Parts: sequence; C-alpha cells; structure tokens
Amino acid sequence: MALAADIASWILMGAGALFLLIAGIGILRLPDVFTRMHAAGIGDTLGAGLILAGLMFQGGFSLVTVKLVFVLILLLMTSPTATHALAKAALAGKVKPLLAEDLEDRKSKR
Amino acid sequence: MSDNTAVIAVVTIAVLVVMAMALARAILGPTLYDRILAVNMVGTKTVVFIALVGFLDGRPDFLDIALLYALINFIGTIAVLKFLRYGDLGKASEEEGDI
Repeated sequence: MALAADIASWILMGAGALFLLIAGIGILRLPDVFTRMHAAGIGDTLGAGLILAGLMFQGGFSLVTVKLVFVLILLLMTSPTATHALAKAALAGKVKPLLAEDLEDRKSKR
Repeated sequence: MSDNTAVIAVVTIAVLVVMAMALARAILGPTLYDRILAVNMVGTKTVVFIALVGFLDGRPDFLDIALLYALINFIGTIAVLKFLRYGDLGKASEEEGDI
C-alpha cells in the first residue's frame, strides 16, 4: 500500500516537472508578453499543482498535507489574479498583442 | 539514497532549471512586463522549490515558509503592477469594477 502511494506520488511529480519544463521553454520561445503569460500559466497551475499533489501522497494524512492544500489553494487563487493584473497593466502601458500579420512581417524582415 | 529521495531530487533539479529559464527571460526583457512575468514565475517556482527541499531534508515544516513566500510574492507583484499603472500605491482605481 505504501508502495502504491509512492508510485502515485512519483507519477504526479514527474508529470508536474514535465509541465514546468514546458512552461520554461514556452516563456523563452514564445514571441510576446501575452503568449508568454499563457505559457507561465501552465507552470503555475498544472506544474505546481501536480508537484504539490505528489507531495501530498508523501505526507499522508497529517498536518503536512493540510499545509500543502493551503499552499495549492493560495497558488490557484493568486496566480490567475496576478496574470490578469499583469495583462491589464500591459494593455494600459500601450503594449499591443502580437497578431499573425506582425509575425509574418517579422519573418520577412529576417 | 532511497528511490523516493532520488525522485524528489530529480524534480527539484527540474524546478531549478525552470527557474534559470525564467531568470533568462527576466534578463532578456524586452518589455518591463516580460520581466515582471518572469520574476513572478521565479517566485511561484520558489514556493514549489521550498516545499520540495523540505521533503528532501525530511523537514516538511518548511511548508510554513513556502506559504509565507506565496503570500509575499503575490502582494509584491500586485504592488509593482499597481505602481506601474497608476504611478502611486495609495490611489484608488477610477474605473468601476476594475483591478
């Protein structure tokens, strides 16, 4: 039974690490702020969420798991709020979202 | 080193790699908002990192620090964004129903 919980936690943490790496690649490779926000969102929700869920299996039924749930709820509530505020601030700061035409312009200039 | 510790160590290294990627974006820019996004991401990853290191050390009490870090990270990001948008931390929003 303990082995089953361990294996479940390894699978969850491995998947979380994978999603974090996808978010990291996305934040480096995507072309503008708004698309990068989309990439960072994957890491904040799925990446951190799956890793914390994996750690909950390690913690078992204890205060540790309760704290992990609190951290997870806090992350799930704050990171979309921060991203929303960032998008609003970027729009107010006269950053225009990149459109498909702009991408083609960029390619033809190279 | 047990299998369990090895898996947690690998995940911790992955988190560190992602933090390095986010820091690279914070240095590269190009706009201010890219940098804020990257720094916010580093903060979120730090929360996960602290939790993982707590389990790696066998001291899950570190989670209290992770919780506090998540709060400070959020407040910090919102404060910087509000300052950027209104040029003042104390000013209330003029538009109705707006952040």
